[in-house]
Amino acid sequence: MSPRAASAWRRWAVLALPYAWLALFFLVPFAIVFKISLAEQAIGIPPYTPLLALDQSGWHIQATASNYAFLLSDSLYAKAYLNALKFTAIATAICLLIGYPMAYAIARAPDAWRTRLLLLVILPFWTSFLIRVYAWIGLLKGNGFINNALLELGLIHEPLALINNAFSVQIGLVYSYLPYMILPLYASLEKLDWTLLEAASDLGARPLRAFLSVTLPLSLPGIAAGALLVFIPMVGEFVIPDLLGGPGTLMIGKVLWDEFFTNHDWPVAASVAVALLALLIWPMGKIRHLLVKGAA
Amino acid sequence: MKRFPGSAQAAVGGVSLTIAEGEFFALLGPSGCGKTTLLRMLAGFETPDEGRILIDGADMTGVPPYDRPVNMMFQSYALFPHMSVAENVGFGLKQEKLPRSEIAARVAAMLDLVKLTRHAGRRPAQLSGGERQRVALARALVKEPKLLLLDEPLAALDRKLREETRFELVRIQQRVGITFLVVTHDQEEALSMAQRVAVMNEGLIAQLGSPREVYEHPQSRFVAEFIGGVNLFAGCVVGHDGRMLTVSCAEAEAMFAVEYAERLATGAEVTLALRPEKLEVSPQPRPELPNRLSGMVRAVAFRGEASSCEVELPGGKMLRITFPNAARAVSGLKAGDAVWLGFAAGASVVLPS
Repeated sequence: MSPRAASAWRRWAVLALPYAWLALFFLVPFAIVFKISLAEQAIGIPPYTPLLALDQSGWHIQATASNYAFLLSDSLYAKAYLNALKFTAIATAICLLIGYPMAYAIARAPDAWRTRLLLLVILPFWTSFLIRVYAWIGLLKGNGFINNALLELGLIHEPLALINNAFSVQIGLVYSYLPYMILPLYASLEKLDWTLLEAASDLGARPLRAFLSVTLPLSLPGIAAGALLVFIPMVGEFVIPDLLGGPGTLMIGKVLWDEFFTNHDWPVAASVAVALLALLIWPMGKIRHLLVKGAA
Repeated sequence: MKRFPGSAQAAVGGVSLTIAEGEFFALLGPSGCGKTTLLRMLAGFETPDEGRILIDGADMTGVPPYDRPVNMMFQSYALFPHMSVAENVGFGLKQEKLPRSEIAARVAAMLDLVKLTRHAGRRPAQLSGGERQRVALARALVKEPKLLLLDEPLAALDRKLREETRFELVRIQQRVGITFLVVTHDQEEALSMAQRVAVMNEGLIAQLGSPREVYEHPQSRFVAEFIGGVNLFAGCVVGHDGRMLTVSCAEAEAMFAVEYAERLATGAEVTLALRPEKLEVSPQPRPELPNRLSGMVRAVAFRGEASSCEVELPGGKMLRITFPNAARAVSGLKAGDAVWLGFAAGASVVLPS
């Protein structure tokens, strides 16, 4: 092999490895889920009909779109999707509103402080996600820390309804996903050339104007990356609505869980998962477009 | 008139200077001498701890950068990467809330001045270094500031472009009539462009004057050494008559007669500073020059229009000499040649040691 061919081969190998990984651990499972979504529920193990069946006339494919039709027919699913999108959109916006000033402050902090502040952002990851969500139950419940403290201070006379509602789900989502917003925002703000802000100021732009016309557009890739990183997993979130939510906070991740584990209806659960993915591709593509544009 | 009496933190000490309207002024000094801090105080990015900054009689000391009639051309240019050339140049005018048509006209005129009309729609990343420099200049000039600050305006350009741009900057300055204040560590840049130069050292102005003054009559050893090459002789006054000074120089094993109007006590220690081009090289001693030294050529460097050489005196002291290559008599000089050096009585500068 010539050295040139060898180097080309190596380059190909380096590229092929992550793609093989993705194919093996994303595409194959997805194909399996997609296959299940086309089957019908059945008693047995596994609890759905096989894709290929053999009868007197030979092999034939048994695929049905009935699960997808079912998703459309029962308004529960549409409601759960919309609910999940609504919660996620609000939580993403709140994450951005809290995360941006934090990321900005960290990026502008003196060098010695920056690492420490970043460490504080990552610190919650050292404890189990589940335990941290449970901790919020302790804080928010009727006789929990916050209500007791407020009662003690005489600010309220009966406990506030802080848990098992939209409020607690929103708190859980924002709390859990905030670091994923801060880190990409920090990364993009940290490499921002601050002399650009001096230039804007020198040219007559007041601080707010300078922020809007220089900092904000240049940090757009970070905003897009952070929003993407927060939005996508949040839509399918199951633990937070399950632990902190109530009857009015149905999210699609919870529905999926119930279909799978409570109803043992694998085909419907699979079609919910596939539909969720299909619904997310469009916003993802939009945001990716923003990322690419921002980088150019 | 612009007056900048200022006295700030240690970075800039008791600096007090006045720059005339329409002047091309240079702050020259080594890195860390406080020239950039001074510039940033003028722009409003730093606040002086003491002292005041007046522009056109108005006190600017506490005024934020965006309210000052001052614009700056940054060393890194600081062009907005997400805006086109025209948008970059128009940014400052947009902040003044001028009508669109006026902005467009002024941007077009400015792009024409810096010869960038063809590139109006491009992004900074699509421009060459020299083009970016011109965008930065246009962006700062278009607001017609009372004072334009230029922070190392030519540092990022390659040598050939730097020389062309020096003339270009002077031409533009004369055309727009705006006061230019250039900060630079490059003495050639300062001397060739500015009408007046302030040489800074350790937060203070070491010398202020025309380029010729600071070059020909440095008032201190620092200025003599910082600006241009210089040969220094430590010596001791042995005689003076109010017009001429006789200095005995142990390093050169010689007595020098130099012009010096002030009286100095016999025995006073002085330093003679002699520019490399003020020493004349010849194969034979030249009787018309009062000061003569013999030496041996150690190295010759041909630089095109001029050559420079190092000559070692019998005592071991090395001198640097430059001479134009028009003088054919010495153009054949090579290492190992025995030569005579001479200089006129008015060629050297006497510095207090």
